[in-house]
Amino acid sequence: MMSILGFLLALVVGVFVAPILGGLITGLDRRITARIQSRLGPPILQPFYDVAKLLGKEKLLNNSWQAFCAYVYLVAAATSVVLFFMQSDLLLIFFVQAVGAVFLVIGAMSVPSPYSQIGAQRELIQVLTYEPLLVLVLAGIYVHTGTFKISGIYALEEPMLLKLPLLFLVLGYALTIKLRKSPFDISASAHAHQEIVRGVYTEFSGPYLAILEIAHFYEVILILGLVSLFWSTSFVGMLVLVALTYLAEILVDNVSSRMTWRWMVTSAWAVGLTLTLINLLSLTM
Amino acid sequence: MQAILDFIKSSRIKSPWLMHFDCGSCNGCDIETLACLTPVYDVERFGIVNVGNPKHADILIVSGTVNHRNKKVLANLYEQMPHPKVVVAIGACGLSGGVFREAPNVVGGIDKVIPVDAYVPGCPPKPEAIIDGVVLGLQKFAEKSLA
Repeated sequence: MMSILGFLLALVVGVFVAPILGGLITGLDRRITARIQSRLGPPILQPFYDVAKLLGKEKLLNNSWQAFCAYVYLVAAATSVVLFFMQSDLLLIFFVQAVGAVFLVIGAMSVPSPYSQIGAQRELIQVLTYEPLLVLVLAGIYVHTGTFKISGIYALEEPMLLKLPLLFLVLGYALTIKLRKSPFDISASAHAHQEIVRGVYTEFSGPYLAILEIAHFYEVILILGLVSLFWSTSFVGMLVLVALTYLAEILVDNVSSRMTWRWMVTSAWAVGLTLTLINLLSLTM
Repeated sequence: MQAILDFIKSSRIKSPWLMHFDCGSCNGCDIETLACLTPVYDVERFGIVNVGNPKHADILIVSGTVNHRNKKVLANLYEQMPHPKVVVAIGACGLSGGVFREAPNVVGGIDKVIPVDAYVPGCPPKPEAIIDGVVLGLQKFAEKSLA
């Protein structure tokens, strides 16, 4: 069992350190993206300036559901990160973050704006695409380690990546969709693409958009945390794996154009199911 | 608490998100405005992001003459922006109606419909002048009270 001190440490790191780290990584992401596009890019602290500015703006709401959904999204994202640092159950973490993802969609759907509606529909399809892949990855981890507990993964003798390399690719595929990076930035139109304005984020403004941004910082940490589990035996290995994976995400984001949702669903499921099957069969051989 | 408020206030000019509205311009000013976002000028250095959504925008950049048909659109966009907000009028037409000011369908400059904080003259103004106008608008943006 976990001690009280360990619990408090997980709480503090999860609630306070994680969003700061997530914001820094997002700032680094914007900077590297700008360099790839031969621009200079914003300061590393830019995401914090954005959030602070948004917090100081006027509160404009279409209905109270929007505010409620934004808060639930934030609380779910923060809770899943705290659970991760408590080395809790992977399935529990997965379902808590899924609640947040669904409430973001509900908040966008509560407004009749066509941009918000289309963004919400696309976000639902994205959730539908990456959630089965994530469950498959978690199931694969269970087959390998015999437990859903993160502490069980840390008890391994050798890194999971060596036994589950294909599942790691599936995780990367799912996480690109979860991070809404190109070619899968179909629901929120992250960069300059504006044909659905800001999609699922369109109707959230001011402080409520800031809440969604902070929730996104938490999500970045959760995602990178999941990646780090694949090299759980050494701290340096963990850092290298996370850094390489995120750099690959940024590179893919910049070199690929956006695809349609049909292509996303079929390719993600086809690649995900095939790779998972091969990897799981090779484990039982 | 005061430190947080100060941080919010100082963050404001470091993160101006701008929306660009073509209010019946000939596209000359719009091309120069969008040129600011290219790698040559790279306004994202200053945290400036071009958004297509009035609900996310802090700065409204308007080019072109206002006519009786689009004055409602302009006013609507302005009202959808959460306070505090700044308006920058671009080009001779945006300032006064330009060469079209006496046409029967033209209302005049942007400030006939919504309050304007900074004016950028030129036909069209250079990207440097537009950035200068936005910086001037930003100083007013920083001084506005918290919502």
